[in-house]
Amino acid sequence: MTDHTSQNAQSAEKSDQGYWAANVRIILISLVIWAVVSFGFGIILRPLLSGITVGGTDLGFWFAQQGSILVFLGLIFFYAWRMNKLDKEFGVEE
Amino acid sequence: MDQFTINLLFVGASFALYIGIAIWARAGSTSEFYAAGRGVHPVTNGMATAADWMSAASFISMAGLIAFTGYDNSSFLMGWTGGYVLLALLLAPYLRKFGKFTVSEFIGDRFYSSTARVVAVICLIVASTTYVIGQMTGVGVAFGRFLEISNFWGLIIGAGVVFAYAVLGGMKGVTYTQVAQYCVLIMAYTIPAIFISLQLTGTPVPALGLFGDHVASGEPLLAKLDAVVAELGFNEYTAHHADTFNMVLFTLSLMIGTAGLPHVIMRFFTVPRVADARWSAGWTLVFIALLYLTAPAVGAMARLNITEMMWPNGAAGEPVSVETIADDEKYNWMATWQKTGLLGWEDKNGDGRIAYFNEKDADTVAKMEAAGWGSENELTKFNRDILVLANPEIANLPGWVIGLVAAGGLAAALSTAAGLLLAISTAVSHDLMKGQLTPNISEKNELLSARIAMAVAIVIATILGLNPPGFAAQTVALAFGLAAASIFPALMMGIFTKVNNKGAVAGMLAGLTVTLIYIFLHKGWLFIPGTNSFTDADPLLGTIKSTSFGAIGALVNFCVAFTVSKFTAPIPTEIEDLVESVRVPRGAGAAVEGH
Repeated sequence: MTDHTSQNAQSAEKSDQGYWAANVRIILISLVIWAVVSFGFGIILRPLLSGITVGGTDLGFWFAQQGSILVFLGLIFFYAWRMNKLDKEFGVEE
Repeated sequence: MDQFTINLLFVGASFALYIGIAIWARAGSTSEFYAAGRGVHPVTNGMATAADWMSAASFISMAGLIAFTGYDNSSFLMGWTGGYVLLALLLAPYLRKFGKFTVSEFIGDRFYSSTARVVAVICLIVASTTYVIGQMTGVGVAFGRFLEISNFWGLIIGAGVVFAYAVLGGMKGVTYTQVAQYCVLIMAYTIPAIFISLQLTGTPVPALGLFGDHVASGEPLLAKLDAVVAELGFNEYTAHHADTFNMVLFTLSLMIGTAGLPHVIMRFFTVPRVADARWSAGWTLVFIALLYLTAPAVGAMARLNITEMMWPNGAAGEPVSVETIADDEKYNWMATWQKTGLLGWEDKNGDGRIAYFNEKDADTVAKMEAAGWGSENELTKFNRDILVLANPEIANLPGWVIGLVAAGGLAAALSTAAGLLLAISTAVSHDLMKGQLTPNISEKNELLSARIAMAVAIVIATILGLNPPGFAAQTVALAFGLAAASIFPALMMGIFTKVNNKGAVAGMLAGLTVTLIYIFLHKGWLFIPGTNSFTDADPLLGTIKSTSFGAIGALVNFCVAFTVSKFTAPIPTEIEDLVESVRVPRGAGAAVEGH
């Protein structure tokens, strides 16, 4: 009986670690996209996008004033959806 | 009915609505006072958080700063929305799981140190008070305009209203009131923008109109704007002129600061479950994005409208005459705004015309002199903070739209000022008095100390708001720098690393101190004008302006914390368990009152 509980506790701990590692991976991917659309396309890489015109200006300007905000929205909802799924996969939901 | 009466009617009706809701939803218990119980739906919470978040800086000030600078001020747009990604991914779900009421409670428990809690309270008070100064600047502009009095008296009256309003209720009253405020402010922001977008581009969606064609000329709107402002010697609107490194740092500071501001974080303690904290951040950004996607269109279109008003026949024609400004109904807004002291013009060369151009650009000055309009810019004062409020008048929109905008601007400033004052008073009464100094304080005295803290904060903010260190949004940006350098790193390290108590305290103190000193060196000690040793035009370190220093302060915070933590005792087992438990949603209960 004691063995069984400690095994359970061990496997719960192991699954919690797997859950956390998966979470950190999703966060890292999301933050890379977050940085690329704002600091990248919106500011530093804007000269590279200057060839693509959008309504009287270029794609970089669009990313700085509209695009990055839309991507941020997508990222947060993606993360919420993905994590709720992950919670269930690892059985750690409330 | 004259405009003054219409404004009064709209502002009065909206206030009656907020007060009615506040009375209807009065907080019944301490738990409700701080965290609105557990019954707030993510969408409702998102809307209230959006109202709490979008302040005078977003509503009144931001579009004006974008209008007069163009692309370079895109930092405000990316910074104040991008921070929600950090908040949603790095903080909100874990702080909800932790299940206490305040940010300093988390820091105190996670770093098992009452010193850490007190330091967090200090950081929070410094950042929030700076933030309130920016709000008071906006409140002064809004009250000054709609009561048609000077900016000074607008500020004094505004301070009284904010105080009365914040004292009224706790979080629950505030939550439902803020939903109403959100509705008022988003209508007030988007309706005039839709009208103006239709006038200029024929598109009812301002965000699309910005990239659409200018109806009158057939050219793309932004290309037209670039050409018009360049003719008057100003920087092209869409071009990149700012220092890239500083722009990146500034954007980053605003993002990190967003995720470190206590009054926003507190909101995520009020949702029922961890999953809801994740959705709630998304919904908040949806409601914020409605304004933020519209703001750049408001800025660009207003800039075009103003320029064309000053040069009715283009830069090749003649400037608007003094008589036209005095007699033509379309120019009435100039006289009304002149009363606030925030707009000014002077016919310096006595030609009966007001020439508006960039007098620092030698070629343009030569051109203007040759045309006989003199060598000086005669639109002598155009405070950036008046642009959004003046915008419907500039575009000649109906009176009710102008009244709605006045109500919206006040809703934005009041909701945020109230949220911040609640955060400050909670920090003083709950974290400092009850948590540290006088643990046996009665509930009545706790509430009394909360109100005294509010009063002190608002008096300080009003005095400093009379001589603000910048336009509303710039002052608010300083507050974000302070939050970025102090609170955010401590929270993040608390969740993602095993940094110990000494590391966290040293990190927060180092981050706050260097950032505060850097800001004071550039903006004056305690923002007192004339006591600064440097200016943002020629900053101490490279191209880093004081508004951008928060990101550097955060870096200092992280480095100091890791170094100190490495050389001191590791965290005890029970704290290690706490960190493990915060990382997993399972078993999140309702928030409990801590000590």
